[in-house]
Amino acid sequence: MTSTTTTAGPAARRRSSRLSAYLHAHPTLRLGALLSAPLTWLIVLYLGSLTVMFISAFWTVNAFTNEIEKRFSTSNFQQLITTPVYRTVAIRTVTIAATVTVIDAVLALPLAFFIAKVVHSRRARAALVVAVSMPLWAGYLVKGYAWRVMFDHNGVIDWALRPLGLSGPGLGIPATTIALAYIWLPFMILPIYAALDRLPDSLLDAAADLGAPAWRTFRTVVMPLIWPGVVAGSIFTFSLSLGDYIMVRIVGGKAQMFASIVYDNIGVAGNLPFAAAAALFPVIVVVLYLVVVRRTGALDNL
Amino acid sequence: MTLSRRARMVLTGIAVLVLAFIYSPLLVVLVNSFNSSKVFSWPPRSWTTQWWHKAVTNVGVRDALWTSVKVGLAATFVALVLGSMIAFAVARYQWFGRGVISFLVILPIALPGIVTGIALNSAITTVLRPVGINFGLLTVIIGHATFCIVIVFNNVVARLRRTGGSLEEASMDLGADSFTTFRRVTFPVIRSSLVAGALLAFALSFDEIVVTTFTAGPGIQTLPQWIFNNLLRPNQGPIVNAVAALLIVAFIAPVYLAQRLSDGRSGGRL
Repeated sequence: MTSTTTTAGPAARRRSSRLSAYLHAHPTLRLGALLSAPLTWLIVLYLGSLTVMFISAFWTVNAFTNEIEKRFSTSNFQQLITTPVYRTVAIRTVTIAATVTVIDAVLALPLAFFIAKVVHSRRARAALVVAVSMPLWAGYLVKGYAWRVMFDHNGVIDWALRPLGLSGPGLGIPATTIALAYIWLPFMILPIYAALDRLPDSLLDAAADLGAPAWRTFRTVVMPLIWPGVVAGSIFTFSLSLGDYIMVRIVGGKAQMFASIVYDNIGVAGNLPFAAAAALFPVIVVVLYLVVVRRTGALDNL
Repeated sequence: MTLSRRARMVLTGIAVLVLAFIYSPLLVVLVNSFNSSKVFSWPPRSWTTQWWHKAVTNVGVRDALWTSVKVGLAATFVALVLGSMIAFAVARYQWFGRGVISFLVILPIALPGIVTGIALNSAITTVLRPVGINFGLLTVIIGHATFCIVIVFNNVVARLRRTGGSLEEASMDLGADSFTTFRRVTFPVIRSSLVAGALLAFALSFDEIVVTTFTAGPGIQTLPQWIFNNLLRPNQGPIVNAVAALLIVAFIAPVYLAQRLSDGRSGGRL
C-alpha cells in the first residue's frame, strides 16, 4: 500500500502521515514552509545588504581618524558628479559596455542562425550548442589570461600581424573591449539561438515564396520575432561589462573602468561610503536599462 | 529551409570564424603551457612539461584549490535547498508576489558582481562585524550561495513546469501521502535537474572572483584569487599559464555532463 519502504515503527509512521495529511489540507502552510527560508535569505540578507549599501553611500569617512561617520551627507555624490575624471571614466565604461553588446550581437546573430536554421541534423545542432557554451565555463580569469597572451607586447596578435608589417593594439581599451565581448559572447548566443529555434521554418519559406530577398526576410520577419532574445542577451553583456574591473586590470594596461574606482576605494583608500556611492552608478544604469527593455518581454526570456 | 547557396556559404563561413574566435585563445593557453621559456614569448621555441609539474605541486595552488572546493560545496548545498524550495513555490502554487520573487532571485546575477560585493561588504562592516561575524570563509560562502540560488531555481523550475502537477495528483489519488509522493514521484522527476543545477552552481562559484574579493577575510584565498594575484607578477607567468591550462581541461567533463542533464536552454549563466 502506501509507505512500503518506510522502516520506521508504526507510531512514527502514523505521526508522519498525520503531518502529511495536515499539510495537504493547508496549502498556505505548505507554501509558507517552502518560502520562509529562501525569502529570509533573499530579503534579509540580500535586499538588506543592498539597503545598507544604499544608506552608507550617504555617510562619510573622517579624514583624520579614518572612522566611518554615520551622518547623512551627499558629499560622495557631489564629488562623483563634479570630478571630471569620474565623468570621463563613467562615459568610457558605458561606451565599452555598449560596444561589447553590439559586437556580441553582431557575432551571435549569424552563428545562432547558422546553428538553428542551416544545420539540419539534430545531433550536429546539439553538439554545436555545447561547443558554443562550453568555453563559458572555462573560467573567467583563464580567459582573461588568454587575452593577455594574445594582446601582450610580442604576443600572439603581434606575431600574427608581423608578416603584414603591422602590430596589434597592445594592452588597453580595445583589448579590454574585445576580451569582455569574448567572455560574455555565449550569453548572447544562447538566448538568440533559443528564440530562433522556436521560430517556425515555414515563416521563412512563406516570406521567400512571397518574393522577399534574404535580407528583407531577416529584417521584417526574423528580427522582430527574435528581438526579445537579443535583448535578453544584451542585459547580461551590458550589465556584466558595466561592473567589470578585473579584465581592465589584466588586459587594459593603465586604463580604468568605473568599477575600478569602486574597488580602489575599498582596497587602497578604505573609503567604504564613497565606494558604495560609486557602486550605485552601475545599479542605476542597469535598472534604467531593465525598465526600458521590460516592454519587449525580454525579462521572461532570461 | 530554403536558403540560397550563397547565403548558406556566407553563414557557414561566419560560423567557422566565430567558433575559431571562441576557441583560439583557449588553444593558445594550452599550447603555451608547454612553452619552456621563463618569460612570455610567442611562438614557443622549445617544449617542457615542468610548468604543469610545478603547478600541480605548488602549495599556494593546492591551498587555494581546497578553499575553492570548500566554498563551492557549501554554497552549492545552500543553493540546492533554497533554490528548489522557491522553484516549488513558484511552479506549484499561485500566490501574490510570485513575479516579484522570480525577479528577486535573478537580481544577484543580473546586477554586476561588484554591486553584490559592495553590498555584502558594507553589510558585514556595519551590521555583522559588530555582532561578531567577521570577514572569513563563512562570508564568502554566504555571498556565493546568494548568486547560486538562481542557477538551481532555474533548472528545477523548468523541470517542474514541464512535468506539471498531474503525476503528483495521480500518486495522491492512489493513496500515497505527501512525503511518499515526494520521495517516490517528485524527487525522481527533478533529480537530474538538481544534479545539473548543482554542477552549474558549483562551476559558477568555483570561477567567481569579484564577490569573493569583497567578502573574504584576510588569509582566505580561492583559486581565482590566487590566479589574479599571481597573474601580474612577471616570474609567475608560466605557472599561472599551466594552472589556466589545467582548469580548461578540468572544466570540460562536468560542464558537458551538466548540459546533458539540464533541459533549459543549456549553458547560459542561468
